[in-house]
Amino acid sequence: MTSTDATLRFDLGIIASWIEPRSRVLDLGCGKGELLYFLKHHKQVKGFGIEKVEARAAHCIEIGLSVVQGGINAEIGDYPDDSFDYIVLSQTLQQVYQPARLLDELLRVGRYGIVSFPNFSHWAVRLQLMFGGYAPKTSQLPYEWHNTPNIRVITLKDFRRFVHDTGGRIIRETAINTPARDRYGRIVKVFSNWLATYGLFMIGRKTV
Amino acid sequence: MSEYTEHDAGGVSVGLVKKRSFSFAHAPDELLLENGECLGPVTLAYETYGQLNAARDNAVLICHALSGDSHAAGYYHRDDPRPGWWDIMVGPGKGIDTDRYFVICSNIIGSCLGSTGPGSFNPQTGRSYGLDFPVITIGDMVNAQKALVDFLEIEKLLAIIGGSVGGMQVLEWSVRYPDRVFAAVPLASTCRHSALAIAFNEVSRQAIMADPKWNGGRYEPDSKPDLGLAVARMIGHITYLSDEAMRRKFGRRLQNRRDFSFNFSADFQIESYLRHQGRKFVERFDANAFLYITKAGDYFDLGLQHGDGSLSQAFSRAHARYLVVSFTSDWLYPTYQSREMVKAMKKAGRDVSFCEIEAQWGHDAFLLPNDRLSLLLNGFLKSCHHDIN
Repeated sequence: MTSTDATLRFDLGIIASWIEPRSRVLDLGCGKGELLYFLKHHKQVKGFGIEKVEARAAHCIEIGLSVVQGGINAEIGDYPDDSFDYIVLSQTLQQVYQPARLLDELLRVGRYGIVSFPNFSHWAVRLQLMFGGYAPKTSQLPYEWHNTPNIRVITLKDFRRFVHDTGGRIIRETAINTPARDRYGRIVKVFSNWLATYGLFMIGRKTV
Repeated sequence: MSEYTEHDAGGVSVGLVKKRSFSFAHAPDELLLENGECLGPVTLAYETYGQLNAARDNAVLICHALSGDSHAAGYYHRDDPRPGWWDIMVGPGKGIDTDRYFVICSNIIGSCLGSTGPGSFNPQTGRSYGLDFPVITIGDMVNAQKALVDFLEIEKLLAIIGGSVGGMQVLEWSVRYPDRVFAAVPLASTCRHSALAIAFNEVSRQAIMADPKWNGGRYEPDSKPDLGLAVARMIGHITYLSDEAMRRKFGRRLQNRRDFSFNFSADFQIESYLRHQGRKFVERFDANAFLYITKAGDYFDLGLQHGDGSLSQAFSRAHARYLVVSFTSDWLYPTYQSREMVKAMKKAGRDVSFCEIEAQWGHDAFLLPNDRLSLLLNGFLKSCHHDIN
């Protein structure tokens, strides 16, 4: 089977710790279902996923997860309002064509959104651009400018402003430093905009 | 569906199986049909594989497509040259694992392969029904299957699985008898035929009815409308493949010749293939049954019948967990139709999984060896059986 407690990726572990037991979760771009599998077996969560790639969606279904193969923009629109407690968008925001629209949908369909993305203001990125003069490449953002799927360049500060401007509110946030795809990492408490490789945010609707 | 009766490459099989039959709806308790008429007595041919467990919660019903029968897996005798039509999927350790599940497959009513249909004896007239047989629906087929499931004393089916017209029965079951179905798996199916699908069916029916031997549906065993039925089958086979499948399988290759014949014999391999399929089909299938079953498929409209025209309202009646599968090259029931049902299931709050499998063989892909489909079904059924308890 897939992940167990010990092997859950560091950032996914933090996301999992934010999710209440027995809640309903939709994971957008759920990949091979590591997070959903963990939540199902450790937190009795009723989990659902959307995944574009056939092989990954099929893998999820084989291990007993409810996953629909499709694009997140098209698929999220079908769910009625307030269908879920949490919508997870893990390391995908930087690839989304219309982030504002997606954020609206997130907070329509779910009570909370949990969003993570690679931090573009990490010191290594800044130094590469400042001294190298080339578009930065890091282990979190390993592509060339011409073949990267990461069409959005986001920093922690950018995201806070974006959520504020689009009518949401940030409920909690954590900055982490982790080598890409590594199981381990650490939480960054100071100078996070400089030191964090990823930002994790839980967002909700603005209270009226 | 085509007649692929492929042997499992590893030789694994449920082994020898027996066709059984179950009769019900004797007067005065005839089966009330959707068109208001009554039918009785009704016989269903069926087969079972594997063992029903003590909790009676491991039963899987397989619904066959247009030309299928109750013989989904195994062999009838030691020298039987061909296994059942889904032997690659149904057996020990296979996608539908007979070591774990009690698998049932019955021939639909309206058919001619052991269940009551237009070729059966009509007790009211003393001869075969012919066109006196009432026009049946997918709902009627499901009602008959439910009588069988009741007879087998199975309170809740773990899963119902079927492709094509079989998938329609799966969908119908899930909204008609929501408490009797834990999981429903429509493969390469649709909630209603497109105009294209109805068009192909209509041309097929016309081919049969234009055969003088059809004789208004009243024909004898030694003078059947074989030519019409063969043409109908040829049309069917075009829709079961795809442009790509035909290009790969036949291209413009000639059949047993170097040059054109300059007459109207079968020059091309595709012509020869279709003629062969037509000839083979008339040996085992009845022309009137073909008319009735295709009509039932054309009438099927889940949203119209069970949701006042709204598919999501229809699915809001269901409780089942769904797994929907489509195939990229299927142009008879294309992926957009599966997506439509998935969308409606999501709107209705159903637990649904969906996978579009990359396959080049068109609509028939669900009948051919496919590791992805086997693994999907195997994994899905395992988790369902875990969760039903």
